[in-house]
Amino acid sequence: MDSQALAAHPATQPAAGHGSHEHPEYLRHHFDTVEQQKEATQFGMWLFLLTEIMFFGGMFAAYLIYRNWYYPAFAAASNTLSITLGAVNTAVLITSGFAMAMGVWCAETRRRKGLVISLIFTILFGLVFLGIKYVEYSEKFELHHVPGADFSISQFVHPSAASHETPLAPDMAEKTQVYFSLYFAMTGMHALHMIIGIALLLWLLVRAQQGAYTNGYVQPIEYFGLYWHFVDIVWIFLFPLLYLINRHPGR
Amino acid sequence: MSTIVSLPDQATASLPKRSYLNNEYGLKSWLLTGDHKRIAMLYLMSITFFFFIGGAMAGLIRLELLTPQPDLMASDTYNKLFTMHGVIMIFLFLVPSVPATIGNFVIPMMVGAKDLAFPKINLMSWYLYVIAGTFTISALVLGGVDTGWTFTTPLSTHYLNTHVVTAALGIFVAGFSSIFTGLNFIVTIHRMRAPGMTWFRLPLFCWSNYAASILMVLGTPVLAIAIVLVILERTIGIGVFDPAKGGDPLLFQHLFWFYSHPAVYIMILPGMGVISEVISTFSRKRVFGYTAVAFSSVAIALFGFFVWAHHMFIMGVSNYSALVFSLLTMLVAVPSAIKIFNWSATLYKGSITFETPMLYAFGFIGLFTIGGLTGVFLGSLGMDIHLTETYFIVAHFHFVMVGGMLMAYLSGIHFWWPKMTGRMYPEAMSKLAAVVTFIGFNLTFFPQFILGYLGMPRRYHAYPPEFQVLNVFSTAGATVLGIGYLMPMIYMTWSLKYGAIAGPNPWQATGLEWQTQSPPLTENFIETPIVDYEAYDYDWLANKTKHEVTTVG
Repeated sequence: MDSQALAAHPATQPAAGHGSHEHPEYLRHHFDTVEQQKEATQFGMWLFLLTEIMFFGGMFAAYLIYRNWYYPAFAAASNTLSITLGAVNTAVLITSGFAMAMGVWCAETRRRKGLVISLIFTILFGLVFLGIKYVEYSEKFELHHVPGADFSISQFVHPSAASHETPLAPDMAEKTQVYFSLYFAMTGMHALHMIIGIALLLWLLVRAQQGAYTNGYVQPIEYFGLYWHFVDIVWIFLFPLLYLINRHPGR
Repeated sequence: MSTIVSLPDQATASLPKRSYLNNEYGLKSWLLTGDHKRIAMLYLMSITFFFFIGGAMAGLIRLELLTPQPDLMASDTYNKLFTMHGVIMIFLFLVPSVPATIGNFVIPMMVGAKDLAFPKINLMSWYLYVIAGTFTISALVLGGVDTGWTFTTPLSTHYLNTHVVTAALGIFVAGFSSIFTGLNFIVTIHRMRAPGMTWFRLPLFCWSNYAASILMVLGTPVLAIAIVLVILERTIGIGVFDPAKGGDPLLFQHLFWFYSHPAVYIMILPGMGVISEVISTFSRKRVFGYTAVAFSSVAIALFGFFVWAHHMFIMGVSNYSALVFSLLTMLVAVPSAIKIFNWSATLYKGSITFETPMLYAFGFIGLFTIGGLTGVFLGSLGMDIHLTETYFIVAHFHFVMVGGMLMAYLSGIHFWWPKMTGRMYPEAMSKLAAVVTFIGFNLTFFPQFILGYLGMPRRYHAYPPEFQVLNVFSTAGATVLGIGYLMPMIYMTWSLKYGAIAGPNPWQATGLEWQTQSPPLTENFIETPIVDYEAYDYDWLANKTKHEVTTVG
């Protein structure tokens, strides 16, 4: 009897079917459901972060090996970094990460204004971080601590009396250049990731302003948040390795 | 036991009215496409282009080595040639060969999906490949680079004034192209499988590409950072690898081979996947020990990460680490042997037919076995001291990469050509090409084993006159091999217009990609397939075709 009814009204079936399969606009054509899209993109993002870990991993491996070999040079060279600037920068970056986390929360709870403000703060604190990094880098140029032709080991062979440093033998002092090579490579790659991140943030900001991420489609914000936190975490490892471990009271 | 399947009558087949090829027209519809099949075709054209550039260089190298005297070119030209040959063949041909063309085309169909998980990233990966190719070609046009494809420091950082940075950037970008392909495959195989398509119902081609993708995703970033450090060392003068500044060149070798040894498996694993498909299809029998073959791919990927220092036995690693790496190297032979034995067991009591893909697959099994076994020689410490940096090494890796991988690639291209284009290649010509390739290959590279054993070093453009006879053999073989590679290029192009119409499943293969029209629709399947049969179930196929009502167009 039911089948007869259906046969009499063939139009009802597809219409009902269509109604129950209403897709949100952001569902890409090759995914069956929003859940599948979410699972796939989330998995993809984590895999991408895994490649990033391997990328930085090469430099961390180099750091561990050379630190083991040239311990006195690494300790002396790390004493020349400003712990204050490093600590301030860590705080700045964590604040930026907090703003990003707020942004994700705002997107999830569909607060467009909150999202925009959070993203602006994320960008601002990111820029402050890069500014402080610039100050630190320029100091390295003044002290001749940049690897290359201009590099000078005099500070490590003949430390000033005020610094209370033990002088290094010239051949060990040469190895401080490896420390600074790694310092520039690691923080440089980290800074490059921040610059790319800020460029992406500017684009997300424009789209967020138009309300693209506060209609239930939070994934771009969420995944960018993962990237941004990853960049934070790299710094959380760089800061102790480059600035903190085995500092002896000196300057 | 094998199932006897009668092949369908192709005379009645006709091309479908609508397919991915004629869905849209115009250059823009190709350059901005998200369709994995179109991107695969873009990749196919670009890697063929680079294959012939790299092949032309190989031809010039062999021509120079025809005589003992350095008479065709200057030594630095020769250095630039073999460097570019290596860079192009490895990074622009072998690494993307099977995954980016065949894998891109068939993996989404094999798992029953409409597309790869990230179509735009897939397209981006092709553009990155093109950018990488442009960098490499510019390095070539601007005057070349002569470090060898390994970019060994401090040679590459301090002693050469050639275009190292340009070529290195090319490799860096090509690496990202490969990372994105791998990432796409992993996510697709995890998350996009059709209902009923369990992990152990996946065709083995998916398993081997999955294993290769793991290597791409985990290994390539390490190459990227090694290259970045070399570039920084050349441009701004940091000293991570520079002994004068306290760095250690050996660290570069560790980072480089941490990628470049697994890269060997990135190149060979997808080829092994092709062989599994082809051997099963043309024996009409399920692959013997499906699970063992599937897990041997993963085992190769896993062990592949722990053997890299066997490239560095004579470069100053400690005796203990050489010993450990030598032992671990032997471990890789186990899963490789599992595959070879299981393919042989698949053939046992199968109803074997000798179509072109099968001929190439037989070539693969023989040549890869020789290449693999000589790898065991080289992995043992004492032998390696004698044989390393000789032509024995050159012959060994060409047996694996050309005899193995290129045979597998050609096997796969012939096997899936009807699916990609809807038309058959000419059978007699292609059989001839397979045989010519096999003969040419052996004539080229087998003499090099002997040359290497006698002590002819690699990477020199002149050699003592007593080595000439074998070198003449090798050069003659290279000519035959060249013809063997030109033939498919010509008749495949011919078949695009004049080939016989293939029909949906000309081989009576069981994969999901064969259960749909050829060439496929843009969305692959009209409705999402539901998989209720095991992989390589020829009984199921025979049953299905019996009751099938054919609808074409």
